Amino acid sequence: MEQDQILKDIKNFSKDVRKIILRMSFKAGSASAHVGGALSMTDIISVLFKYKMKNLNKDKERDRFILSKGHACLAYYSALHLIGKISNNELDTFEKDNSNLAGHPVKNTKLGIDFSNGSLGMGLSLGIGLSISSKKKKENFNVYVVLGDGECNEGSVWEAAMSAPKFKLNNLNVIVDKNNFQQTGKNFDIMNLDNLSNKWKSFGWDVEEIDGHDIVKLKNYFDKKKDSEKPKLLVANTIKGKGFSFTENNNDWHHAIVTEKLYNEAMKEIK
Amino acid sequence: MEVNSRNIKLWSSIGPRAAFGLSALELVKKYSDLMVLTCDVSTSAGLDRFRKQYPDNYVDLGIAEQNMIGVAAGLASEKFKVITTTFAPFQVMRCCEQIKVNLGYMKEKITMVGLASGLVLGNFGYTHCCVEDIGILRSIPNIKIISPSDSLETIKAIEASLNDEESCYIRLTGGTNNPIINKDDYKFEIGKSIVLEKGEDILFISSGAILNECLKASNELRKKNINCSVVNMHTIKPIDENIINKYSTKAKLVVTVEEHNIIGGLGSAVSEVLSKKKNSPPLLVLGIRDEYSKSGSYKFLKEINRLTSEKIIEDVQKKINEQYTEI
Repeated sequence: MEQDQILKDIKNFSKDVRKIILRMSFKAGSASAHVGGALSMTDIISVLFKYKMKNLNKDKERDRFILSKGHACLAYYSALHLIGKISNNELDTFEKDNSNLAGHPVKNTKLGIDFSNGSLGMGLSLGIGLSISSKKKKENFNVYVVLGDGECNEGSVWEAAMSAPKFKLNNLNVIVDKNNFQQTGKNFDIMNLDNLSNKWKSFGWDVEEIDGHDIVKLKNYFDKKKDSEKPKLLVANTIKGKGFSFTENNNDWHHAIVTEKLYNEAMKEIK
Repeated sequence: MEVNSRNIKLWSSIGPRAAFGLSALELVKKYSDLMVLTCDVSTSAGLDRFRKQYPDNYVDLGIAEQNMIGVAAGLASEKFKVITTTFAPFQVMRCCEQIKVNLGYMKEKITMVGLASGLVLGNFGYTHCCVEDIGILRSIPNIKIISPSDSLETIKAIEASLNDEESCYIRLTGGTNNPIINKDDYKFEIGKSIVLEKGEDILFISSGAILNECLKASNELRKKNINCSVVNMHTIKPIDENIINKYSTKAKLVVTVEEHNIIGGLGSAVSEVLSKKKNSPPLLVLGIRDEYSKSGSYKFLKEINRLTSEKIIEDVQKKINEQYTEI
């Protein structure tokens, strides 16, 4: 396939993810939704689900995805919808009574959700278990874990970070969605994560840092062949709430209600 | 592993931790997909030989229990049989939320072995004793809790847990030269308690190494014409309601004995069963009385926590005197 077409497809996927995030948030009404952190990782999950991850609808050698920053589930549910795992009707149940789609992912293999997440700092350890399994069974699949930057406050993230290089898990790919905010403010003010790349490097990871909204750079990053035995970590510099003028870099949208007026405005912006 | 009197004596002499290590050596021959995960405790868990002989089945996560449970859950999701182990306080409490989310909520299935629970590490102080694990884990759905009475039962419980559908916590108590409760081979089934002695006056329900003190107390009380049933409630969750109901019907007093806080443990579990029963006999819950005592030897701690057979008898007689003119 032509490179241009691939990039165009990823961009369209990403646009659709953003639209669905907003629609689900709007339909959730007063239950409100984690909008900002879902929008910041939209381009990352789009490159993964539309392009990079293999055999998503197969049992064998299926690449695995873990959303460690579980509150960003809107992006996850949207991507799963776009690859045919979650129906439109199911999407509309988001945060409703008795729904399969809670405000944080709940394991549901039929819907393509391999793990429950929401309590921060747990996803990477699960990913290490999967990566060890892939090596032991000599099954050729890769593992992708998305962490939040705020999530990196959790000590358990660093327990996991310390252990992955020991097992030479070069099939493990971690992306930190570095949008520079967490629930109640800037990372810098709440708990300074300065030199995040250096921290991971010092733990023995193969680290790169790029613009997490640049589809071309993201694609090139995931295309690179690496001989290293090290697990891979990408610091993806992102904008919280990316995609809509009223949400970008506005931490009020960490968790908020999308009104009908705002929803309509947003849909005009994304056309 | 061949169960014969020689081996039963050997396993008792080395204690439940080393017996667990020996059983892992056998189990890996039977289950090639067995993975044993530890937090730098291979020696304490009797796993040094396992570590050397089966490096592909052994994963040391370093002193990092939260990560251990996550990695275990990841492996379990890929259908490995997984055992995690470290000292009981760290196996249960340091990674409690990982246990809740990964094993309880998500139902990934592993076996956790809590080493040296109860009071056996009393010299180290209460950082290393564990009198809270049952209470904490009992409140998390989808996890079974097993407290083996001796080394043989430890070996049986480990294999049974690997073949159970749910995650299991196996709570090892007592040290080396642990008393033998089960003298011959027997059928062990998770959730099915074992009636060790039958008598109609008092029903003792206990589990773990402290069960031996109940048996001694029962023998002494028999000399005073007080006949006791003694139940080995090796599975604390799900608790064997049938046996409690059956044997408490005629009993004039039910006594639970545990190396655990009296809040949340075996006594609480038994009280939850008895409270549903019409005309339930009174219940005496013996254990750690919701406090952290001074540290000291296992013997000393059993003494001051009134968990020796002599103290159990004193407390039982006091209760009888409060309740009845004669038994």
